[in-house]
Amino acid sequence: MPDLTPTIGAFASVEKAALQSILDALKGAGYTLIGPTLGEGAIIYDEIQGIDDLPRGWRDHQEPAAYRLQRREDDAYFGFVVGPHSWKKYLFPPRQSLMKVQRKDGTFQVTDEPDPPPRYAFIGVRGCELQAIHIQDKVFLGGPYQDAHYKARRQQSFVLAVNCTEPGGTCFCASMGSGPRAGAGFDLALTELDDIFIVEVGSEVGAMMMRESGWRPAGAFELQQAREALAAAEKNMGRHLDTSDLPNLLYQNLENARWDDVARRCLSCANCTMVCPTCFCNDVLEVSDLSGKNVERVRVWDSCFSIEFSHVHGGNIRPHTRARYRQWLTHKFASWIDQFGVIGCVGCGRCITWCPAGIDVTAEVAAIRGEV
Amino acid sequence: MKAPKRKIKPEAAKKPKLAVFKFTSCDGCQLSLLDAEDVLLDVVDAVEIAYFVEARDRRLPGPYDVTLVEGSISTPEHIEQIQEIREQSKFLIAIGACATAGGIQALRNWRDVDEFVRIVYAHPEYIDALQTSTPISDYVQVDFELRGCPINKYQLLDVVTSLLIGKQPRTPTYSVCMECKRRGTPCVMVSRGIPCLGPVTQAGCNAICPAVNRGCFGCYGPHEAPNTDALGQHLEDLGMTSAEIVRLYRNFSGYADAFRLASDVYEEMMA
Repeated sequence: MPDLTPTIGAFASVEKAALQSILDALKGAGYTLIGPTLGEGAIIYDEIQGIDDLPRGWRDHQEPAAYRLQRREDDAYFGFVVGPHSWKKYLFPPRQSLMKVQRKDGTFQVTDEPDPPPRYAFIGVRGCELQAIHIQDKVFLGGPYQDAHYKARRQQSFVLAVNCTEPGGTCFCASMGSGPRAGAGFDLALTELDDIFIVEVGSEVGAMMMRESGWRPAGAFELQQAREALAAAEKNMGRHLDTSDLPNLLYQNLENARWDDVARRCLSCANCTMVCPTCFCNDVLEVSDLSGKNVERVRVWDSCFSIEFSHVHGGNIRPHTRARYRQWLTHKFASWIDQFGVIGCVGCGRCITWCPAGIDVTAEVAAIRGEV
Repeated sequence: MKAPKRKIKPEAAKKPKLAVFKFTSCDGCQLSLLDAEDVLLDVVDAVEIAYFVEARDRRLPGPYDVTLVEGSISTPEHIEQIQEIREQSKFLIAIGACATAGGIQALRNWRDVDEFVRIVYAHPEYIDALQTSTPISDYVQVDFELRGCPINKYQLLDVVTSLLIGKQPRTPTYSVCMECKRRGTPCVMVSRGIPCLGPVTQAGCNAICPAVNRGCFGCYGPHEAPNTDALGQHLEDLGMTSAEIVRLYRNFSGYADAFRLASDVYEEMMA
């Protein structure tokens, strides 16, 4: 029997319907599939069973403060970009029980995270999103203290990446170096062409999942098509952000009048931080029952846009929206580099699309640079 | 609003006395306490229900350790009653949009109440109403406010639990958007163009309306830093007229400062 397992680094060609066999293999290996699917007026991430749950034939039109689903002329499986959800929803859940404590017989009993997390296979991770996961890896696992809850989810997750051939109106991954082609760190990466998927094999597990797909080595013509599509996508970004000298530019402009201008438009609603795939700030709550016998420690997504977030002993260090917006933007594009050695923005455009006031980070940075 | 600083614990092992009063309101907020079915027996274990007309006949006199007050102040008689209640209460919590912002009935604050009375009642002389419907804090010192129409029973239980065990209640003052995004609802304003007050409204309801494709009505009142100008601009961009924006802001918590001021601006623009 011939060896049906491709080698790592190989480019395979599969029929589109064969994606189902890859998903079946993942399910067979015990993975819970999470992928893009039509939700409430948007393409969201949720549990899927197979390719029929994918938003086939849909695109997402995006601009500042506006997102609309539209029918495509073709029946592409991945003919859209990114929506309001990101994978952090699964790796760093918006509400997570960290432990439970029960008072009993004069002592107390501690239970760490009660339910072990499932093994997730993330289907359709874009280049920008893969970079966002790498950034959160640095945040949660990079320092001397590793976050066990994040690690438990992350280390057993499977990443099926999808290279973007049609960027959206608020995309600027090419500026941030995170796309449109997914960088390293995927198990498999698809490029969707008219009739086939080109699959790049990134790991042993990825290779194993290909065994039943009927793959064949991709030919030069197919690879050329994929390369051209990605090269065109790179030139087709809806937005652009000049990253040159970024930390200095922002540090030297902490009193720029633009901060007052953006503060007038900013709702301080925190939507940008909630949809951002790299924002990691959280709050830890102790939730007690009335008797005080049962307490749960819960972690929830927090935001630098809430006032309580910057409340320290003696007062609030960022009492106005101007200070909060400046903190968010300078952290993302400057002090993030000091803190984690990498820029905190991946150019996915979510904060632009999902800001109800349509504030555009690329325009804000350009304004501070003096280009507007 | 100040968080409670001291633990409510009466002398000896006596259970703290809880009282519930209401003024102009629909009773929905006090029902939230009875609606806490799973833990209702725990509540009765933890506190002595001393005065709660909706729940039991027995009415014990004050003083009370914790008093929940529902409803807005809208008659001269109310003013005397709330002052008496304040004197009898160690810790007074105003619950709901009526008690914290004047409620939907605060719509009358923009109109001539005497004219309403003449039109509606056969014998206007029997009616003794104030010109305004306003929150409890306009008349007496309030120790804590729980917003909402109705309030969230889990927030109420958290405040009562916090008082009992002496910790700070965690009642968020940030936007509804935070809860909306945590539960994964795609923004109805961005994805459907539905007007929504979420970006200027305080969290607490778990963003229930956007989850069923409705814009936020602003029941919980303005959040800690509401930028109603910026939201107003976006509502105009969505095609809302000034009259529609006035109606949107003048809802259950329409008389709360930021919403009242925003609605006044748009009312002027109508003229």
